[in-house]
Amino acid sequence: MNEILPTPPVHLSAVALDKSYRKGPEAVNVLRGVNLEVRKGEFLSIIGRSGSGKSTLLHLAGLLDTPDIGEIRLDGKRIDHLPAKTRDQLRNRVFGFVFQFYHLLPELNVLENVLAPLMIRYSMWEYWKKRSELQDQARELIAQVGLEHRIKHKPSQMSGGELQRAAIARSLISEPEILLADEPTGNLDVDTGKGIIELLERLNSERQLTIMMVTHDEAIARKGQRIVRLSKGQVENIRDRVAS
Amino acid sequence: MYKMLLCQRYLRTRYIALASIISVMLGVATMIVVNSVMSGFGTQMRDRIHGLLADVVIESHSYDGVSDPDLQIRIAREVADGYIEAVTPTVEVYGMLNFNFAGQWITKPVTLIGIEPEGKAKVGPLRSFLDSFNPVYENGEIARPALRPDEEIPNWKLSPEAEEYRHEKIDRQKWYESQLAALESEKTPKQTASIEPQQEVQTAALPEDPFADPFFDGQAAEQAPADPYEMMDGRVYVGAGLVSYPYRDPETGLMKTMMMARPGDDVKISTVTAGRPPSHAAFQATIVDVFKSGMTEYDSNLVFCNLEELQNVRGMLSPATGKRAITSLHIKLKDYKDAEVVVERLKSAFPPDQFVVKTWEQKQGPLLAAVEVESAILNVLLFLIIAVAGFGILAIFYMIVVEKTRDIGILKALGAGSGGIMSIFLSYGLALGVVGSGVGVLLGLTFVHYINQIEDAITFITGRKVFDETIYYFPEIPTSVQPSMVISVALGAMLIAVLASVFPARRAARMHPVESLRRE
Repeated sequence: MNEILPTPPVHLSAVALDKSYRKGPEAVNVLRGVNLEVRKGEFLSIIGRSGSGKSTLLHLAGLLDTPDIGEIRLDGKRIDHLPAKTRDQLRNRVFGFVFQFYHLLPELNVLENVLAPLMIRYSMWEYWKKRSELQDQARELIAQVGLEHRIKHKPSQMSGGELQRAAIARSLISEPEILLADEPTGNLDVDTGKGIIELLERLNSERQLTIMMVTHDEAIARKGQRIVRLSKGQVENIRDRVAS
Repeated sequence: MYKMLLCQRYLRTRYIALASIISVMLGVATMIVVNSVMSGFGTQMRDRIHGLLADVVIESHSYDGVSDPDLQIRIAREVADGYIEAVTPTVEVYGMLNFNFAGQWITKPVTLIGIEPEGKAKVGPLRSFLDSFNPVYENGEIARPALRPDEEIPNWKLSPEAEEYRHEKIDRQKWYESQLAALESEKTPKQTASIEPQQEVQTAALPEDPFADPFFDGQAAEQAPADPYEMMDGRVYVGAGLVSYPYRDPETGLMKTMMMARPGDDVKISTVTAGRPPSHAAFQATIVDVFKSGMTEYDSNLVFCNLEELQNVRGMLSPATGKRAITSLHIKLKDYKDAEVVVERLKSAFPPDQFVVKTWEQKQGPLLAAVEVESAILNVLLFLIIAVAGFGILAIFYMIVVEKTRDIGILKALGAGSGGIMSIFLSYGLALGVVGSGVGVLLGLTFVHYINQIEDAITFITGRKVFDETIYYFPEIPTSVQPSMVISVALGAMLIAVLASVFPARRAARMHPVESLRRE
């Protein structure tokens, strides 16, 4: 079956990534020569124990951090060395982030939180001109994640599952090419986590969205098309879900 | 857009920021109130000094003065004619004022200024300082109307009320003297027969004229007119502080003024003659009016006298030419802006070995400079209050930045740049400054507007007079709001608020997104 389907091009790749952090007097090598490729529209799960470097790999891939050695390439072009402003723009337009702790802004309601990436993208004047169009867009996304009844609610008034759905809606508002999800179900009960994963699967299949999901739960990881295991800072085992 | 939104939400949800707003507000309000009161005092003081002096004053170095005022005036007009509105000659000399109050002779050192009231009124607002020309106000209401009609020009005549008072006083004195004489005539024969030595003692103890001054040599008595009601040749306007003192009414507890001498009374004045060496000269004068400029320095020192009489007494009259001498010329300019040009021109015409030419500001330079320095120092000290508020903002912002570390990480993950993050906190600082300054300006202006009512309320509550009008001679606290001052205080406060937020804003902008997101 693999032979019949044309192989999609590589969307995002990590080449010989090294990253270390200083913990007190000693340096901890979190990633050591990691090579990884994600193809367009692929749902990749990255698993590993705590401290294995999976979140760090995701942060480097999403340009939240810079590697000590190695490169991050988007569509074959190196992006990790770009100026800060360009990397900010890529984070805003190309990547969408979903975090374990949702990371919604507590002062804003659901609609404002979902619109935040667009508020960052556009100048005040541009945003003001397009505001009704952008708000419609946000409302539609909020409805898609099943939160239309919570649109004016603040994060403090919502459950974990609802918060994560709002965070997913926010990550999708800028129509990203790649969704980076860091333990998206890590803080949720099994059923709610299942719902979130189903939502991600649907987005992957409907929108052909490239997804890199970090999780420590193998059952959740199996929802991805491919699973990568990170151990001691290196890619240890790659398993194709379809093949397995 | 997100910057404005977050800035607005932080303002609404972080109540600790209210502390910054209040500190900026209080600083701004205090500066506006203090500056307005200082400016009010300064303006009033300048008006009063200016009013008494004249725009430009030409003074001779010597108290002997210079001869021929008409010639001096002509010279002044020739060199600066286009600029001069009015000129009046004066004679200025030190003297002693002597008057009787409650059976006691009071002597005070004074500066005698010989003037022609019509001329002096043309070079300055003399009229507004003279008691009989102005109504007396008490608690904002007219307690006594002006004693002279509006059209009357200052002169050396008594007001009808003063005239009446003078008549009554002289009648009373005559009656007293007649009673005393009758008593004496009844007692004298008996006492002469029985105890002669005692009568001598009594005669010594009771002088013929109880108002006679033992220090006067009789010269003054000779000057007294034949008609007792008639005024003396010398006529004076005396400073209110010389002939009155404040006291607290024991019944009402209110401050009142006790007049020791009033228009219609006679006083004795000693001074020195012009010439070498100066010798003693004395004359009697009738008080025509009391002047109150509001400057204690003037009101308790100056006596305006009729110029001719002062010249006569001092011998400032050349027997050869018949020309009189003066010590200074007071000049009013058409436009005070030209003062420096006029002074320069006059200096060229009036040789510096004989004359000093100065504007009123130059003449009162040290006093005005002292007020300005005082005001500047006060401003610096008060601005430190706002600077303290600035440090408050810095501390509070630093705290907010620490509290908002994760939010900063989220915004960076969503694509916000360091500049954007920095501007959230800078605009937050500016917003605090704008709100604090705005409310502070309103509070300050309201306080200034109702300052006298507030003073009354504080006096009522504490029972202690905050603003004692007897010290300052102002019926109420003078204020003057300068729009430029209000604007610069408000802008200064906003600038400090923004500057105080720079450091926390930079810290926020430099935060690493991953570390910020991991912050618990």
